[in-house]
Amino acid sequence: MILKELSDAFGVSGNEDDVRAIVLDAVRDHVDEVKIDAMGNVLAAKRGTGQDPMRVMLAAHMDEIGLMVIGHDDNGFLKVRSVGGIDPRLLPGTLFVVGPERIPGVVGVKPVHLLESGERKKVSKIEDLVIDVGAQSKDEAEKLAPLGTYATFATRFQELEATVSGKAFDDRAGCAVLVELLRGEPFTFDLHAAFTVQEEVGLRGARVAAYAIDPDCAFALEGTIADEIPKEKDVSPTTRLGKGPAITVMDRSFIADRRLVQLLIHTAEEQDIPYQIKQPGLGGTDAGAIHLAREGVPSATVAVPSRYIHSPVALLSLDDFDNTVRLMRKSLSRLTRDTLK
Amino acid sequence: MEVVPLLKQLSEAEGIAGFEGPVRELVRQNWEPFVDEMHEGKLGSLIALKRGTGPEPRPKLMFAAHMDEIGLMVTDIEKGFLRITRVGGADPRVLLGLEVTVHSRRDLPGVVATRPPHVLPKRERKKTVPFDELFVDVGLSEEKVKELVSVGDLISIRRELSELKNRRVSGKALDDRACVAVVTLALERLQKVQHAWDVFAVATAQEETGLKGAIAAAYGVAPDAAVALDVTFGEQSGVSKSDTLPLGKGPSIAIGPNFHPKLVKRLKEVAEDREIPYHMDPIPGRSGTDAWAIQVTREGVPTALISIPLRYMHQPVETLAVEDVERAGRLLAAFVVDSGADLLEDLAWEVDK
Repeated sequence: MILKELSDAFGVSGNEDDVRAIVLDAVRDHVDEVKIDAMGNVLAAKRGTGQDPMRVMLAAHMDEIGLMVIGHDDNGFLKVRSVGGIDPRLLPGTLFVVGPERIPGVVGVKPVHLLESGERKKVSKIEDLVIDVGAQSKDEAEKLAPLGTYATFATRFQELEATVSGKAFDDRAGCAVLVELLRGEPFTFDLHAAFTVQEEVGLRGARVAAYAIDPDCAFALEGTIADEIPKEKDVSPTTRLGKGPAITVMDRSFIADRRLVQLLIHTAEEQDIPYQIKQPGLGGTDAGAIHLAREGVPSATVAVPSRYIHSPVALLSLDDFDNTVRLMRKSLSRLTRDTLK
Repeated sequence: MEVVPLLKQLSEAEGIAGFEGPVRELVRQNWEPFVDEMHEGKLGSLIALKRGTGPEPRPKLMFAAHMDEIGLMVTDIEKGFLRITRVGGADPRVLLGLEVTVHSRRDLPGVVATRPPHVLPKRERKKTVPFDELFVDVGLSEEKVKELVSVGDLISIRRELSELKNRRVSGKALDDRACVAVVTLALERLQKVQHAWDVFAVATAQEETGLKGAIAAAYGVAPDAAVALDVTFGEQSGVSKSDTLPLGKGPSIAIGPNFHPKLVKRLKEVAEDREIPYHMDPIPGRSGTDAWAIQVTREGVPTALISIPLRYMHQPVETLAVEDVERAGRLLAAFVVDSGADLLEDLAWEVDK
C-alpha cells in the first residue's frame, strides 16, 4: 500500500529525500514529465487528452513535523528543537528515529516518583528535553548525530480493524491520494502534480511550485484534523472519521474558490460520495500559498480526515481515503474552463 | 543465554499488575529448563524451586523480581471513546499519542487520543493532561465499541524494545522484567555448579499495586534469607545526581533499615571477590520494593536488594545498560554458590554469638 510506504518514510521539513524517492518511484511510469525543482519539490505533468488547454495543479506536501539536533551535552544527550508545529506535551515517553541511519532514540522525563508536587502539571519545554541515543559522551553524540540532524517519530504503519494507524498522515495521506490520481486515466486537461516540501514550516515549497506551474486552478490534498474526542465544552470536531472527504470553505490560510467548492459538492452529491465541510477557520494548507501565486489562482482543499495529526500516531479510515480519491477523480473529470467562468 | 532477546521478550510481554497471565507463562517457559519444580502462588506469583545439594533440612534462599507492569483500565465509554484510569503508577505525562492494546472481548489495538496543536486552546498547551481528560481510541464505531469493550477492561501499553548505542536498551516494562532476566541468568549459571541451599526463584505479581504478590509468596516460601531485585533511578538529564546512579557501571546493593547488614556485607564481598563492579545505594527508609514486604514476613527475614539503574522509570522508554543486567546475574549466582551452610550463622546478630 502506497500510504504505508509513505507514512513509514522519514521526511521532516527540509529533509524530504526518502519521501521524494518513494514518490518518484510511484509516479514515474504514469506521467509524461517529472522533475525536481530547486527546493526539492517533485513536479510531475500528466498530459491531458487535449480537449482542454487548461492547467490544473494538484499539491500534496511530502514533509512532516519533527525535531532537529541543535546541540550535545557532556553526557551524550542530544539537545533538540521542533521543526514545524510539534506539541511538547507529546514528547515524553516517545521513541524517535534519528538521522539517515535511523538510530533509535528516546525522550524521557524525570520519573514520576521524584517529582515535586508543583511539577506534576508542568509541561516540559522542548528546551529542557533531550534525546537519548545511548551515547556516553559529547564526542560520541556529535559523531552519531551531528548538528542539524533530523529526528522523527519511530511509529510504524498498522492496519487496525476499521482504520489504519501511523505517523505523518498529514500529509502522506494527501501524497497517496495524489499518487492514486496520477496512476489513473488522463483527464481532458494537463494535470500538474506537485509533491511539495516544507509545508510545515510555512508553505514554502508550494509557493515556488505554483509559480513554476502557473496553473488555472489548484487543489491541495491533505490529511486534516478530526478532533472528535469528548470535551467539556464540545466545539465542532472539525471533521469526523468515516464521513467522507473534507472540503474546506475557509481556513486560516485562504478562502476556497466557491466555484471549485460547488464542483466538489455537486459531484459528491450526484455520485453519492459521502463528504463533509471542514469546520471553517482552522488549520492551513499549501492552498494558502498557491492561491497567491502570480496573479492569483482559484484554489480548493480536499482532505482525508485524520485523528491525532501532529502526534506520534494518527488514525484514518481507508473508506475516507478511497472516497477522497473517488471524489477528486470524478470532480476533475467534470472540471472544464466553464467551471471557472 | 543471549540477554537482549530475553529482555526483548520479557519487556514486550503483557502482564499488568493483577493480570500477569501472559508474562507468567513466558517466565515459566524460560525457567523450566533450570528448576526442579514450579507452582503459581495464590495471588499470581510464579514460584520456582531449584534444589541445593546440602544436607536436609536445607536453608531456603528466596529471589524476588516482580513480573507485573503498570497499565491502564477502562472506566467509562463516551461517544465511542474510552475513559481510563491507571493500574499502578502509570504517569499521565507520557501517555499522549501512545499505542496501546485494549483487552476487550478480543484484543483491540488503539491509541491514546490527542488534540492537535491547531485546535488546542492556549490555556491547555502548558498543562499536562490529567487522567480524567485522557481517552483511548480504538477507531471503531460507538456501537461496536459498546459491543466489545466493558468498563474494567485492561489496557496494555504497546512498545517494542529498542536497542540504543553502547548496549543500552529501551522498552516499556524493564521495571522489573530486567530483574526477571537477572534471575533467569542466575538460574542458568546455577545449572552448571553445585550449591548448598535451596533456591526459590519468585517472579512476583502485583508489586506495582502494593507489593501484594511478594507478601503472599514470601509467607508461602518462608525463606531463611531473601534477595529482592528491582530497578533504581538511573542518571539522566534533568535529575539530580544524588538521586540517581550511572548506567553501565554495575548493579547496586542497597543499604538501610530494609536490609540486613550482614547480608549486605556478604553481597559486597561476593562482588569484590568476583570483580563485579557495583554501587552502594543508600535507602534511608521504605525501599518501595518487594524487599520491604519480604523483610517483615512471618518472624522476619534477612533481606537484601540488588538494583539495576534505569532511566525514565514508569515511562514507555525505560532505558538501561545490558551489562548491568549481566553483572547482576553473575553477582546473584555467585552469592548462591558462596553461601555455604555457615551463611545462616553469619547472619546472626553479634550479640547472639
